[in-house]
Amino acid sequence: MSQPIRVLLAKVGLDGHDRGIKIVARALRDAGMDVIYTGLHRSPEEVVIAAVQEDVDVLGVSLLSGVQMTVFPKIFELLQTNGADDMIVVAGGVMPDEDVAELKKMGVNEVLLQDTPPQTIIDTLTRLVEERGAR
Amino acid sequence: MNEMFTPKSLEKLRSEVERWESNEVAAFLKKQAERKEQFFTTGDFPVQRVYTAADMADTPLEDIGLPGRFPFTRGPYPTMYRSRVWTMRQIAGFGTGEDTNKRFKYLISQGQTGLSTDFDMPTLMGYDSDHPMSDGEVGREGVAVDTLADMEALFDGIDLEQISVSMTINPSAWILLAMYVALAEKRGLDLNKLSGTIQADILKEYMAQKEYIYPIAPSVRIVRDCISFSARNMKRYNPVNISGYHISEAGSSPLQEAAFTMANLIVYVEEVLKTGMTVDEFAPRLAFFYVSQADLFEEIAKFRALRRCYAKIMKERFGAKNPESMRLRFHCQTAAATLTKPQYQINIVRTAFQALAAVLGGCQSLHTNGYDEAFAIPTEDAMRMALRTQQIIAEETNVTNVIDPVGGSYYVESLTNEFETKIFEILAYVEEHGGTIKLIEEGWFQKQIADFSYETALRKQSGEKPVIGVNTMVEEDENQEIETHPYEPSTAARQIARTKKVRAERDNAKVAMLLDKLVEVASDETQNIMPVTVELVREGATMGDIVEKLKAVWGTYRETPVF
Repeated sequence: MSQPIRVLLAKVGLDGHDRGIKIVARALRDAGMDVIYTGLHRSPEEVVIAAVQEDVDVLGVSLLSGVQMTVFPKIFELLQTNGADDMIVVAGGVMPDEDVAELKKMGVNEVLLQDTPPQTIIDTLTRLVEERGAR
Repeated sequence: MNEMFTPKSLEKLRSEVERWESNEVAAFLKKQAERKEQFFTTGDFPVQRVYTAADMADTPLEDIGLPGRFPFTRGPYPTMYRSRVWTMRQIAGFGTGEDTNKRFKYLISQGQTGLSTDFDMPTLMGYDSDHPMSDGEVGREGVAVDTLADMEALFDGIDLEQISVSMTINPSAWILLAMYVALAEKRGLDLNKLSGTIQADILKEYMAQKEYIYPIAPSVRIVRDCISFSARNMKRYNPVNISGYHISEAGSSPLQEAAFTMANLIVYVEEVLKTGMTVDEFAPRLAFFYVSQADLFEEIAKFRALRRCYAKIMKERFGAKNPESMRLRFHCQTAAATLTKPQYQINIVRTAFQALAAVLGGCQSLHTNGYDEAFAIPTEDAMRMALRTQQIIAEETNVTNVIDPVGGSYYVESLTNEFETKIFEILAYVEEHGGTIKLIEEGWFQKQIADFSYETALRKQSGEKPVIGVNTMVEEDENQEIETHPYEPSTAARQIARTKKVRAERDNAKVAMLLDKLVEVASDETQNIMPVTVELVREGATMGDIVEKLKAVWGTYRETPVF
C-alpha cells in the first residue's frame, strides 16, 4: 500500500477566516491523508519551515485578506532557499480572477476558491501528487 | 393551555387536523408524493406540513405580548418603523482615513443614515502600519488607523453629534474608543451626545472570528472597562455589540449563533456587576449584531426568540428593573458567506430576501452586502445597489406600516418557541459544563461551529442544500467580467508617513511616562483602562505602542485549532 499523502495546511497573515481551511482539513483527513494544520496568523517563514520539516507532499495556504500577491512570492522564495521547490503548492480563499492567473504563473499548482466541493479538493490533491510521481 | 382555548375547542381543532391528514392529505399523497420525506429549516428544526392554532396552544399569550413591552418578542419599541425606519448603515473602510472619509460622504449623499467603519487587519489586530506583520495588509480590507491623526482624517467634516458611528473592532477596540473620545473632546463635543457602537465583543473572537491579542481574562476585563466607562461618560453610546454574525459566518447554525451570544452576554454582565455597578446602570446600552440568512421564517423566529430570551435573562437572572435593560436592540447584516462568484448579479436578489427577513424580524439597523463581495471588498456601485435594496423595502413594500407583521403566524410563533427552548437548553449545558470561558478554552464552541460548517459543506456538495449558480442552474460558459474595488498601491506609504510624522512630533518623554502608567493600571484589575488610554492617544501614542506594552504584561493568546 502506498504512503498516505502528507499535507500541511496553513493560514498566513492576519485574517482569522478559518471556516474553509477547517473543512478542507477534515475532508482530507477523512479521505485518509495525513493532515497538519498550523493554526492562524502564521508568517511565510514559519509555514515553509514547518512544511519542509514535516516533509509534506502538499502545502496548502488559505487567505481571505487579499494579501496573496505579497505572501506567495515570499513562500516560493523561501521554498527555493530551503531546497523544496518541488513541493506542491495549493492556494485557497477569496481572490479575484486576475490574481488567480498570476498565482498560477508564479508556480501555484492549483487555486481552490470558495464553494469548491470537498471531494473536488481531495481529487485535485490526489491528482497533483500522482502527476508529480514518487519522490 | 393559553386562554384562547378551552379543552373542548382544542380537542376539536386537533381532531380536525387529524381528519384532514387522513382524508385530503392522504388522498393527495397517493397521487403525488411530497418533494421530501421530511422538511427541516436550515438549522435543522423539523417543520410540519402545516401549523394551526393548536401548535400555539401552550404558548402563554404574554410571551408573545406587544411591541415595546416585556418580553419584547414583537419588537423593542412600541411604534417601531411607523416612527422611524431602521438605520441604513452600510459599512465602509479602505485605504487611509481620507479615502474612507470620501466613501462615507458618498454614502451619506445617497441617503445613508448611519456610519459603520471597517478597519484593516493590522488595526484589528493591534499592529502599526509599519510593523512587519502588516506587510501587504495596510488599508486593504478596511481603513488603517494607527493614531488619533488617522481618526481625525476619517471623520473630517462629519458631525459626530448628528450621526451615529459604528466601529467594527474587537481586541484593540478600547484604543479606538479612546481615539473617538479624544477626537470628540478636541472638537469640543459633548460625550453624552455621541451615539454609536463599538463591537468590542471579544468572546466571539475566540469562538469564531479569531481576532484576538491577549489571553481571555484580561481581554474580558477590557470589555468590562469599555462598558463601565461608557455607562458613566457616554450615555447614548453602545460600548459592546454582542455578535452572532461572525459565529454564523464561521459556519454555525442559526440556533448556535443565537445561543452563543446569550452565553457571552452572561459573562459580560457578570463581569460588570463585579465592579459594583447595578444592572440597570449599564444594560440599556448593551447592543447586539446578528446575521440574516436565507431561511426567511427561521431568521424571523430567531430574532423574535432572541428578544424574548434576552428579556427573560435580564429580568429573571440579573434582576433588571428598568424595561430598557430588557429590550434587545440589534444591528443586522445579510450573510456574506451566501454570496457566490458564479452569476454574481443574483447576489442582489439573495441579499434582498435576507434584508426582508431582517426587517420582518425587527432590526434597528441594517447593512446589506454588495453583489461583488465574493470577489473583493465592494465597489461604490455595489454599495449603492445594496443601499437601494434597503430603500425599496423601506419605501415601496409597506412592510414598515404594521409592527411585527408575521407575529401570530402559527408557524413563526411555534418556531420562535422552539428557538427559545433550545437556547435555554444550550445555556444550561454550558453552565453544567463549567461555563463559557472554560468551554472556549476546551474548544467546545469552536467544535460545534466546525461540525455544522462541515455538514453544510457536505450538503452543498451533495446538492441537498441547493446554491443557485454553484450546484444547480450552473452556467457553463459564464462570462464573469466584473470591475472590482482596486487596491491603491500608495496606501501603505501614505499611511506610514503620517504615523512617522506623529511619532516625530510628539513629546516622547510624556508618552513613555503614560505607557508606564498604563502598565500600572493594567496590572491592577480594579482600575479602568480607558482614561489612561485616552490620555495616551491624545499625546500621539500609536496603537502599536499601547498593544505591545501590554503584551509584556498580559502575554498573548494562541488557540489549539479543532476541526
